[in-house]
Amino acid sequence: MAKRIEAYNVSSYYGSFKAIDNISMTVEPKTITALIGPSGCGKSTFLRSINRMHEVLPGARIEGRLTIDDQNIYDSDVDVTAVRRMIGMVFQRPNPFPTMSIYENVVAGLRLNGVRKKSLLDEACEKSLVAANLWNEVKDRLDRPGAGLSGGQQQRLCIARTIAVEPQVVLMDEPCSALDPISTLAIEDLMFKLKDRFTIIIVTHNMQQAARVSDRTGFFSIDKTGDPGRLIEYDDTQKIFSNPSEKKTEDYITGRFG
Amino acid sequence: MSLLERTGVAMTPGNIRTRKLSTAVVLGIAVAAVALAAVVVFGLGIGNWVLVVALGGVFYLAGVYVAASRVEGRRAARNRTWSALIHSACVLAILPLASVVWTLVSKGMERLDGDFFGSSMNNIGARDPEGGAYHAIVGTLEQVGIATVITVPLGVLGAIYLVEYGRGRFAAAIRFFVDVMTGIPSIVAGLFVLSFYVLIVTPWFNDGRPGFSGFAAALALSVLMLPTIVRSTEEMLRLVPGPLREGAYALGVPKWKTILRIVLPTALSGIVTGIMLAIARAAGETAPVLLVAGGGAAINFNAFENNQSSLALFVYQQAGDASRYAPARAWTAALTLVALVLILTIAAKLLARRNQLTR
Repeated sequence: MAKRIEAYNVSSYYGSFKAIDNISMTVEPKTITALIGPSGCGKSTFLRSINRMHEVLPGARIEGRLTIDDQNIYDSDVDVTAVRRMIGMVFQRPNPFPTMSIYENVVAGLRLNGVRKKSLLDEACEKSLVAANLWNEVKDRLDRPGAGLSGGQQQRLCIARTIAVEPQVVLMDEPCSALDPISTLAIEDLMFKLKDRFTIIIVTHNMQQAARVSDRTGFFSIDKTGDPGRLIEYDDTQKIFSNPSEKKTEDYITGRFG
Repeated sequence: MSLLERTGVAMTPGNIRTRKLSTAVVLGIAVAAVALAAVVVFGLGIGNWVLVVALGGVFYLAGVYVAASRVEGRRAARNRTWSALIHSACVLAILPLASVVWTLVSKGMERLDGDFFGSSMNNIGARDPEGGAYHAIVGTLEQVGIATVITVPLGVLGAIYLVEYGRGRFAAAIRFFVDVMTGIPSIVAGLFVLSFYVLIVTPWFNDGRPGFSGFAAALALSVLMLPTIVRSTEEMLRLVPGPLREGAYALGVPKWKTILRIVLPTALSGIVTGIMLAIARAAGETAPVLLVAGGGAAINFNAFENNQSSLALFVYQQAGDASRYAPARAWTAALTLVALVLILTIAAKLLARRNQLTR
């Protein structure tokens, strides 16, 4: 199920502005990889490049190769929607569909991709909500609007929605930055559980979170404003947080910079 | 001395309490202001009660400002003056509307009977008190209905293009021309359809004779409705947050399906409001119908052949008619037109809400 992601010399642009420069990294299946670094260093841009969400913005383009189990997702004969079904994404701010109920939100991906059978949808809904640690809180009010839940619940609803389509990789763009510590803990627990089935890449500003949840950590940085972001160091989380090989990484994680 | 102290602005007052002007005093000022205004106006003999109310308002504003600045301080006094101004502006804005509705209802009741809705003006002479607007109601419904069927798909799809797909010069040009179209006077739209459709296109199918019809009126109304629908739909679609679209893309949902199932339902209620505004405007147009449908006294269900009337045109014709029974018909027709638009709007709002979950 879970797949390996490899980036070879990936550079992303917004128009003529180069946001990230020449990034190469390998993400092993069934691991959690954290991307850390100061604001504006291109972590999110890189993450959005992995499921071709980068190109949604006008003028955005990419150079280099990004493969998922050795298939380049930027080949011209690749179907973008298939890539995104394979590589799901959870956003910084919870974005449940406002016109849909909790149930409809969870099965939205299946339904909009043509799954009609009620029994199948019911099963997927329960399974995903259970996996997202939300089932017990909402099982009696599945027909209520998804936007009526609390922020933490909404984010878990979005995670349920993402895993309902059974992707192989889940990208998370600062999924906890708008949440309180209890909801954050719930989502971190959830990530450990999901690790058995998915490859997870998470962008976070919270270094404790990166240290707690991830197996590998990549540190992104920029030299000065306007320069493209680069991958400074990418190693086991243990090593990054105890004995980084780059001076810059050490400065950042000890709080002397950024 | 700190900077704030030097400027004389008390940013951190020692006391957060202040004395309040009691409601009784405010009411007293209001009564006194109106009484003073009455004395001035009637004493000098310069006007009637309308001036008393207007002058009373001015006196009240001045009085309440003076009293409040004495008791509560200058900031509170300004607050009171401005909120009084805003409230009176609101009342001023509603007054004409209320007046219009009242006039319509009071004058329109006279002919609000079954005969009015059941008969046309066919064979009704100047001395006949009967006659009705059946033919005009049929005309309005058919013309506006056809125009809606033409413009809603075109307008909504056009707006979707502008918001979701349109890039660069072509989209900018379309947007510019839609803006220009918004300002087209209805008579120009009527002349356009008259000179193009009625005088050039229809003779090909009609033995060389121009064919006036309700459909031609619908075309002219479409020209008027289209820009309104495009612009309002565009604004509503732009209000749908981008992360919602991205959320759908991230599930592997194709773009067209995202627009159809996520974006449009989210914006639906606003889009419906825009469409209803366009319909209301079209239903009230007189000139284009007069030019290309010609009007007529008889009932004509066929919008594609022969003259048709409409409610707005009926009002225009009856209001200018020499018969002493005509003005009453005009008022009732005007009331019918307003009621029709109101009912349509309410119905559309209810329909749009049914699709949306309520909290």
